[in-house]
Amino acid sequence: MILVIAEQREGTLNRASWEAIAAAQQAGGPVKVALLGSGIDVLAGELAAAEAQEVLAVEGEALGAYTADGYVTALAALIGQEQPERVFFAHTYQTRDFAPALAARLERALITDVTAIKADSGAPVYVRPVFQGKLNADVTAEGPAPHLVTIQIGAYRADGVRRGAAAAPVRKAEVAADASAIRQKPEEPFKEAKQAVDLSQAERIVAVGRGIKGQEHLKLVEDLAAALGAEIAASRPICDAGWLPMDRQIGSSGQTVAPKLYIALGISGAIQHLVGMKGARTIVAINKDAEAPIFEIADFGIAGDLFEVVPAMIAELKK
Amino acid sequence: MKIAVCIKQVVTREWQLRVNEAKTWIRDQDASFELNEPDAYALEEALRLKEKHGGEVVVVSAGPARAAQVLREALARGADRAIHVEGDGLASADAFVIAGELAAAVRDEKFDLVLAGLQSDDQGFGQVGVVLAEKLGMPSATIIMEVEASPSAGSEQAADGGGSLRVKRELEGGWFQWMTLPLPALLTIQSGINQLRYATLKGIMAAKKKEIRKVSAAGASSPAQKIVGVFFPEKGKKTQMLEGSPAEAAKALVQKLRDEARVIS
Repeated sequence: MILVIAEQREGTLNRASWEAIAAAQQAGGPVKVALLGSGIDVLAGELAAAEAQEVLAVEGEALGAYTADGYVTALAALIGQEQPERVFFAHTYQTRDFAPALAARLERALITDVTAIKADSGAPVYVRPVFQGKLNADVTAEGPAPHLVTIQIGAYRADGVRRGAAAAPVRKAEVAADASAIRQKPEEPFKEAKQAVDLSQAERIVAVGRGIKGQEHLKLVEDLAAALGAEIAASRPICDAGWLPMDRQIGSSGQTVAPKLYIALGISGAIQHLVGMKGARTIVAINKDAEAPIFEIADFGIAGDLFEVVPAMIAELKK
Repeated sequence: MKIAVCIKQVVTREWQLRVNEAKTWIRDQDASFELNEPDAYALEEALRLKEKHGGEVVVVSAGPARAAQVLREALARGADRAIHVEGDGLASADAFVIAGELAAAVRDEKFDLVLAGLQSDDQGFGQVGVVLAEKLGMPSATIIMEVEASPSAGSEQAADGGGSLRVKRELEGGWFQWMTLPLPALLTIQSGINQLRYATLKGIMAAKKKEIRKVSAAGASSPAQKIVGVFFPEKGKKTQMLEGSPAEAAKALVQKLRDEARVIS
């Protein structure tokens, strides 16, 4: 049995949980889904639409607001009770916060950021990106079950979840989780107020990455954006360096966009960036490294020096 | 505050990856190496905390002999001393093995705070910091964008591990969350938390007199995963690569965006 740990925050399921359920269904064998929190009946009911043996609603005062300590304690107990062969999670920021501690406490393997699972011969082989997505690695889990696996966001399709003929039974699972033993004291989540730019509405976006080399070269990007009638955006390192404000950042920690046209200049295409823009209709990549992962998702690619290509594009657009 | 910073030496981003004959790892004999980027931010944060609260910054790395390069660089940027857990196999070791080595190296030092980058640019497990916290019995918080420390009053070094931290975690999609946790604790640091400093000539000279303590890998933890093969990702078949001179490629691109994709007028 594969136990999928779904994720919710304040009454909403994380969409990536459905992707993890799809991955578990495709891996074969029975699936159970568990959800942690307090007051989660409605959400457990939503999850019950998936074809699964059952949905486990793990309620508890100690689980009301997410904490790593609360989740590790509760899940260690749940896994002990349910004895799954494998445990799947979506590779979200929340999972990344507690799953390694859970694996260490259970002394079980944790394979993170998995994009595919090969199961043709014997033990499953997990595919995960290494070297910022420039290489893929085939990985096997060592040691006894259960093995813990986190599924990269976007690697499986949420609409690929098989639905059951009838709703799966929902069971309230009791686990001991002592609220006083939780060392992290969380405050309310918030959004930074100064998110002034809404790139999600832009029809065209020119995004710039490390390949721009210096802030003084941003003028070139602005000129191209002006010639295209496009908004300017950036990958994380550009915003980290303070060359563009944080609200121009595209990716898992920034905005998610789906414009008609997305031009990536000097962006190698680390997964954290790709998750924010791969829904764009037409993707153009210009990068001097012909092996850069951005070319895997591009419709049009130019393997070349952006300092030569972009001025030529601007000249061509002005014709 | 007595602060440990876990750092890793990785191949530079510019290095053109080559795969070894067995296709199980990279062939890195001719590679160039650098400090893992998120770890550089962790180091910077530690140096700033020391400037504010006093104490000591110790950099720790588990890696082959060549990893001394990044320890030396960290000392030049201002770390006080270094611990190098040396072992040839550590360059491609998994998170449990690395965390086991780091735990053995730092356990007896009674650090108030341990910092690590949120993940490495090579294996990218995103596990070592949190596994290390569990092994050391410390609470952890990850993907941190701001740190406010309140070490226990009265002593420069909180030898009893007193005091607390208030930290800002990055959540997804532009959300953040503050949380408080008691010291000693471990944090994994997100890139961009601060502006990095670089080594000065004075720092480089001073680093030559600083201690790098070498310890042999203890082999305390067994690996939990094994790489059976590495391969280059396949390009999407639909990608049209536009060839020719920059001017030719640019012309072809603009034409295709106008006539084929119809996304510009």
